[in-house]
Amino acid sequence: MERITNEGFFRKIISYGPVIVLFISVLNKIDFNYLGLQFFSFNFVYILIFYWTLKDPKSLRYGAVFLAGLINDVVLNLPIGLSSFNYLLICGVTAYLRNITLRPNAMNDWAFFLVIILIINSISFVAINIIYAVELSYLHYLVNSGMTFLLYPIFSYIFNIYKKLFILKTND
Amino acid sequence: MASGRDDFVIAIRSAFLKKGTQQRFSLISLIFLSLILIALGSLNFKPINYLKIVINEIVYRSSFIVSTPESYIKNTYLVIKSHFNLYSENEKIKLELENLKKKKLLDEFIISENKRLKEVVDDFYLSSEKILAKVLSDKQSPFLRSIVINKGSKDGINMGMVVLDRDYLVGKIVEVNFTTSRVILLSDLNSKIPVFIEPNGVQAIVSGSGKSYGVVEFTRKNLEKGTFDKKVYTSGYGQLFKPGIPVGNLTWDDDLKKNKVEFFSDFTQLDFVKITSYQRKDL
Repeated sequence: MERITNEGFFRKIISYGPVIVLFISVLNKIDFNYLGLQFFSFNFVYILIFYWTLKDPKSLRYGAVFLAGLINDVVLNLPIGLSSFNYLLICGVTAYLRNITLRPNAMNDWAFFLVIILIINSISFVAINIIYAVELSYLHYLVNSGMTFLLYPIFSYIFNIYKKLFILKTND
Repeated sequence: MASGRDDFVIAIRSAFLKKGTQQRFSLISLIFLSLILIALGSLNFKPINYLKIVINEIVYRSSFIVSTPESYIKNTYLVIKSHFNLYSENEKIKLELENLKKKKLLDEFIISENKRLKEVVDDFYLSSEKILAKVLSDKQSPFLRSIVINKGSKDGINMGMVVLDRDYLVGKIVEVNFTTSRVILLSDLNSKIPVFIEPNGVQAIVSGSGKSYGVVEFTRKNLEKGTFDKKVYTSGYGQLFKPGIPVGNLTWDDDLKKNKVEFFSDFTQLDFVKITSYQRKDL
């Protein structure tokens, strides 16, 4: 009996995996700057939110995404509300994509992802650079968008495995 | 055509207005809330500032705990890297030590003479008590080079105070909370400090580059190529820093085809920093 209860608890924790990883990512802001690689900068949170809100919106609720955005703003000292707005825009696009898609296609998702990260980074750049008059490197934003776009299929593959192994089984 | 537009409108409306399964809030309400926060934040609305301070206090501490595994991996990587570089570094240090020994004798005389002369011209600076702080978080993304320290307004930290690593300049305080503060590093794109380039006493501004080094701006046109013996010190203009705080070495970058400043302090290795402020003796 006790074993069954423990299993249930474990499954519940596993099903909260995307939310836990989201909060760890925004609190930790994993970066690889100490490696000294010049063009290695990507936004893992964008990939995470895009994938999970597109493929399994039940795993990542909008409230959690909004809160993660507020934390990200505080950690990175950005204008409060800006990251939440960006993250929720991703959620909006994925919800729209789900509504118009009959047969999901990985290439389509990838193309939509590129469009949305370009829009979001443009909004961030304009808001921070023009409205708040903080100097930013345009090249870094561009490199960051490019790397985030290129790394999407790899993370998407990993998340697919996680979803098949844990989330789908949990929902059975 | 009209049907296509209707489908688009329906899809958009469904995406933004409808509460999805197991969603407590509709997307549009949260987006509006974010926009309201941004707008009120830009207007410096006081409750938003208080909200930010409260979140800061919680998040900075949580961030420190969550970042522990990453910090451990990062430190391990740096230790391994330093082991590989041990031999070449040792040779370099030996050479440096030899040079420093030669200079030391002359320096001691110059320091005492300088102190005496400054007292004569009434340009002597007093520093406040130095506060030692631990670095809680050092998130140095390409967009932001800053650190968070575990001392805040309750420990006497004020905006604009100078932050040092040993005797080397690191940056200044840009945000003060009750128990934590944020320090903008010299390498941040928005950092600009007035400096002297010695031995010639050339005035310049060192700006952050968003990378590990600084760039020299607003200096004379025919500034010579940087060499190892060209040192950069704060000039004290603007009265924020006292003159003579060591900043870095002026070096020539062949790729950039311009001078850059290699900071004395390695900002990726900061564990503890000293915070102080300076005031002229006559003020």
